[in-house]
Amino acid sequence: MNLRRDVFQAIADPTRRAILLLVASHSMTAGAIASHFETARPTVSKHLQILTECELLEPEQNGREIYYHFNPKKIKEIADFIEPFLKLWDDRFNKLEAIMKKYPR
Amino acid sequence: MERKTKVIAGEGSQEIWITREFDLPLNLLFKAYAEPGIVEQWMGTKVLKLENRRHGGYQFETSDAQGNVVFRANGTIHEFDPDRKITRTFEMENTPFPVQLEFLEFEKITEETSRLNMQIVYKSVALRDQMLRLPFAQGINMAHNRLQEVVNKLK
Repeated sequence: MNLRRDVFQAIADPTRRAILLLVASHSMTAGAIASHFETARPTVSKHLQILTECELLEPEQNGREIYYHFNPKKIKEIADFIEPFLKLWDDRFNKLEAIMKKYPR
Repeated sequence: MERKTKVIAGEGSQEIWITREFDLPLNLLFKAYAEPGIVEQWMGTKVLKLENRRHGGYQFETSDAQGNVVFRANGTIHEFDPDRKITRTFEMENTPFPVQLEFLEFEKITEETSRLNMQIVYKSVALRDQMLRLPFAQGINMAHNRLQEVVNKLK
């Protein structure tokens, strides 16, 4: 059984974050990506597999080569996860401010 | 829309920093934390106890529309320095989450504006991350619950 991958788990690894940054600049083949790292090629392949499974990367077959594209939509999801926490506090503080503005001085 | 509140949660850190500038004089900002009746209004919770002194305690309780208690939290106040700072612990009752430590610093910017810096320290990095995602998870749950309510009405 293949365990469902968690996006947060995927970006927790520094090598995977480096891969994302690399591919975000332009689409690359697995070989081109691997050439940027000292890590063994199969390890990089494993990272690519994980990033693909959680849709952070999208592979595209182009002749004999597979190009990896960056999926900005998925990254936005990650940026958004902190948003509800921020909103909770912002709403609370907006309320505090509104109440105290009416407070008799 | 630019939010006035900023949240800083460094990677691999056990802390969350929350900072906010208010269009309020410092004393009014501090009062919003010190007066139980005002805390109730902006926190949307009942204040069962608020002892503003060193080694004092506090307890909050929130009920739903049916009167069931849905949230209860308590803590101990370690420092209470009017218009300057509050240091306290915070614990959610009936949850697996351990106590957290909160440092609140109040500062004057101008006569009419002030700033609150809040530093929250958690037991572990994993727990910090979990707390950061809690409102996100709750948002999803609430959406599910609303959906369930709608479905129930259809039955």
